[in-house]
Amino acid sequence: MLRREALKVVGAETVGPYTLLRTERGGLDAGRPGQFFMLEAPGRVLPRPMSVCSATHAELAFLIDPIGPGTRALCELARGDKLHVVGPLGNGFDLDVRRPLLVGGGIGVAPLPFLSAALDGPPAILGFRSDWHAEAAALVPNAEVCVEPGFVTELLPEEPHDVLACGPEPMLAALRARVPGAQLAWEAPMACGYGACYGCAVEIDGEWKRLCVEGPVLRAA
Amino acid sequence: MLLNASGCLDALTAPEVARSLDAFVTKTITPAPREGNPPVRIAETEAGMLNSIGLANPGRERFLAEVMPELCQLGVPLWVSVGGFSAAEYAETCAALDHAESPELYAIELNLSCPNVDEAPESAAAIVAACRAATRLPLYAKLSPAAWDIAEAARAVEAAGADGLSLVNTLRGLALDERTLQPKLARGTGGYSGPALKPVALAAVYACSAAVAIPVVGMGGVATGLDALELIAAGASAVALGTILFSDPGAPERIRSELAAEAAARDLGHPLDARGAAHAFPANSVSRSDNELVKVPGNGQKLTA
Repeated sequence: MLRREALKVVGAETVGPYTLLRTERGGLDAGRPGQFFMLEAPGRVLPRPMSVCSATHAELAFLIDPIGPGTRALCELARGDKLHVVGPLGNGFDLDVRRPLLVGGGIGVAPLPFLSAALDGPPAILGFRSDWHAEAAALVPNAEVCVEPGFVTELLPEEPHDVLACGPEPMLAALRARVPGAQLAWEAPMACGYGACYGCAVEIDGEWKRLCVEGPVLRAA
Repeated sequence: MLLNASGCLDALTAPEVARSLDAFVTKTITPAPREGNPPVRIAETEAGMLNSIGLANPGRERFLAEVMPELCQLGVPLWVSVGGFSAAEYAETCAALDHAESPELYAIELNLSCPNVDEAPESAAAIVAACRAATRLPLYAKLSPAAWDIAEAARAVEAAGADGLSLVNTLRGLALDERTLQPKLARGTGGYSGPALKPVALAAVYACSAAVAIPVVGMGGVATGLDALELIAAGASAVALGTILFSDPGAPERIRSELAAEAAARDLGHPLDARGAAHAFPANSVSRSDNELVKVPGNGQKLTA
């Protein structure tokens, strides 16, 4: 059942180049880590998909990278503003894992604090473009951090882990090649988030499928 | 009467949204399965959005065998959007739908105007005529607003046997990435929809409803009850929602109640009592003193001597 509510902004804090937008939770289910919400972007035609960064009984928080007009408008929201939110949507991470290892790259750290809390703070390895971007690592407990030119794949431990990852496509592709069974949260431009627009098509098992319906978390073959 | 615009809703992934409509219109079905265009497929612009999905669909056989039976379980009247690359292809799908004899199937919408695939070589009227011979189901012709004289196209498809018009499809548009100055969409151009399309839709509905006697489903940039009422005033008998469904899956319910309120505020017993109201006012008939133009609804603009 699709739920849409107007939520009040509780706060917006700067985390390196990103903004942690906190809203009231209203009557919405926070969903499972890796699921996402469509956030109304003030003044824009389409909402923007954002995974839940953290959730309490009263609040939802979203980590947003101001890379375009919609995300910039979201980052400019202030306490007391209201925005329409639809969700939770998509398929999140499977939390039935024995030796979880969280892997994040850049703004891909967004769902990891919520995921970390659900898994009792497993080890995490995070990669960022700069020390400024790496300030977001403070949101994820138990994290080892590298900054370019280093890559997270160089921090992967020898022993096998259940990898749960979110980050840029090259990072996910590298993990897919090295860690069979890894749970990878992908990203695609999306107009609706609930299977209506067919905009977020990605190739899965040789077929084009909608990432919002089949993902965004997919298992590496 | 509220519908969705074809390709703007999947009733199987969002059945509650489909049930909040008076009829569900499917994504366009072509004879063969189509994967659609490669990503990137959508791009937002200042006043709308572009899409180049490319008629992704499971193809006629799988649609009839697997999808339609599920759609028929929803309890929502069904319109099937039909596409093709020749009049014969359109007609074959119409015949197959006719043969299915499904009581849930109310109408066929002929997608004569997808901006994201190469057009069928035949004219819209030739396709409608071929389909008319293939089915007894009501046929709605979905026309492109890019035609120079859409009323002429409307008259042609009416004469060919269309039972109604769906106005309008998207307009072809282009968006460039501000950094690379390359097209944002993988296919280059896409179909432009959203708020910017509303005046285009109003003009098309206004012109066509004056030119033909068959009913018109108005669509293009509808986001509020007032938008819907305006399309009705321009001549529409029903209104379809497109881009607004992407941001607000609750739009059908909201727009329905807004539309009722807008009608009530104008002392109308029913929103459809406003139908054609835009044509009644004489300001649009003769205004020789203003500008040497005589505007005749349905016949475009004619210069006076």
